[in-house]
Amino acid sequence: MNEIWVHILIIVCVLLGTVTIAAGLIYVERKMLAVWQQRLGPNRVGPFGILQVVADMIKIFFKEDWIPSFVDKKVFIIAPTIIMLSILMSFSIVPFAPGWVVADMNVGLLFFLAMSSLGAYTIILAGWASNNKYSLLGGVRGAAQMISYEVFMGLSLMGVVLQAGSFNLTEIVNAQKGMWFVIPQFVGFVIFLIAGVAETHRLPFDLPEAESELVAGYHSEYSGMKFGMFFVGEYLGITLVSSLITVLFFGGWLGPSFLPPIIWFLVKMFAFILFFILLRATLPRPRYDQLMSYGWKLLLPLALLNVLVTGAIVLSTN
Amino acid sequence: MLSSVRSLWLVFLKMFRKRVTIKYPEEKPYLAPRWRGRIVLTRDPDHNERCVACNLCAAVCPTDCISLQATEDENDRRYPEFFRINFSRCIFCGLCEDACPTYAIQLIPDFEMGEYNRQSLVYEKEDLLIDGMGKYHGYSFYEQAGVAVGVKPKGGGENESEPVDVRTLIP
Repeated sequence: MNEIWVHILIIVCVLLGTVTIAAGLIYVERKMLAVWQQRLGPNRVGPFGILQVVADMIKIFFKEDWIPSFVDKKVFIIAPTIIMLSILMSFSIVPFAPGWVVADMNVGLLFFLAMSSLGAYTIILAGWASNNKYSLLGGVRGAAQMISYEVFMGLSLMGVVLQAGSFNLTEIVNAQKGMWFVIPQFVGFVIFLIAGVAETHRLPFDLPEAESELVAGYHSEYSGMKFGMFFVGEYLGITLVSSLITVLFFGGWLGPSFLPPIIWFLVKMFAFILFFILLRATLPRPRYDQLMSYGWKLLLPLALLNVLVTGAIVLSTN
Repeated sequence: MLSSVRSLWLVFLKMFRKRVTIKYPEEKPYLAPRWRGRIVLTRDPDHNERCVACNLCAAVCPTDCISLQATEDENDRRYPEFFRINFSRCIFCGLCEDACPTYAIQLIPDFEMGEYNRQSLVYEKEDLLIDGMGKYHGYSFYEQAGVAVGVKPKGGGENESEPVDVRTLIP
């Protein structure tokens, strides 16, 4: 009985924690973008503008949640929930600290890949249901981008799986006690990072919602809290990819013992979140064909080569 | 790829630079002495209006935001009966200041003219007139001009000789 309560507590903590972090990232992103562009950023609401998120949330809740007359209503309503659901489901496999995991699955990594594939549906369905040229273009782009980058996202993780000998994320972290996987698996790390950016369709790979070309891409027609769900879903995606990079390549909660494991995890995760924001502050958006050829012609062969070499080394050392 | 990493690093270093933003209402920006802001009407050293209602400013104004009506006082001195600037149309180009022959109309470094009511942006002569001489101290148009309008007798101005008596032949 007691075990069930602990489990429920963990679930509630993970759910609230991730959603809160994702919402807080709205402020962090605006502030950090400002810091890297020599501006001040939000500084009016509360001390250092911290309450900006609260103000934004109040605003977005009071916005009219308008459904245009020409949309496919059911799909239009379902689409934004899919991104939140699939990403929150993915969080269930992330071990935040020893024992702090919602579902300690043996196929954890495969579950994450499956869920991130489902995330593509939100873009496709939102773009399709909006019944708008720009949305559809964004949806088509998003589908192509996410499917192509998913291929070597999975492949880049195979090196880690080969070395750890398990799909279970807790075991992957424990396998890194000697050395973090970022050193032997550096190529895999770089490929996963790039694929992660593309998977969350963040800048520079934000082609599905490219403002300068497609209004707002697949969520042009959305307003109110439905738009808010896309927005928070994007930040949830950043949090998820950052925590996965931490778990898979940077030893998860492992670290010198002067800090508790959960703090080590959060420190590493936030470092990657900040890196994501730095990417946004720096890099321009590539052309669509450049994005595709970059993925298929450069990163896919590289990921395959990484699997080949890692497999050969693991085979020869065993 | 390497150039991307380099630009990432350079953008990261921007973190330690000075901010360019000025927190405006608390921190005022530096305004140049010749900043073209709010328009004022100045007075001459004798505290009379400098404006002679020549209409040159209204004629040169590209947005036609200046309107005035000329009139004369008991000494035949010209002055504007009313002088009205619609600041909701003014573009602060400073052409009126250039056109003014008497240094009456001047642009000063002040731009904080926000109003809730659009009609409040129409400034009348009482709102425009200031007590001082603005940028040109000690200048009085009628001290230089040949006509006598109660400021000085004819021929009594600076750099002005006595009027010639046209009825005599003696030089």
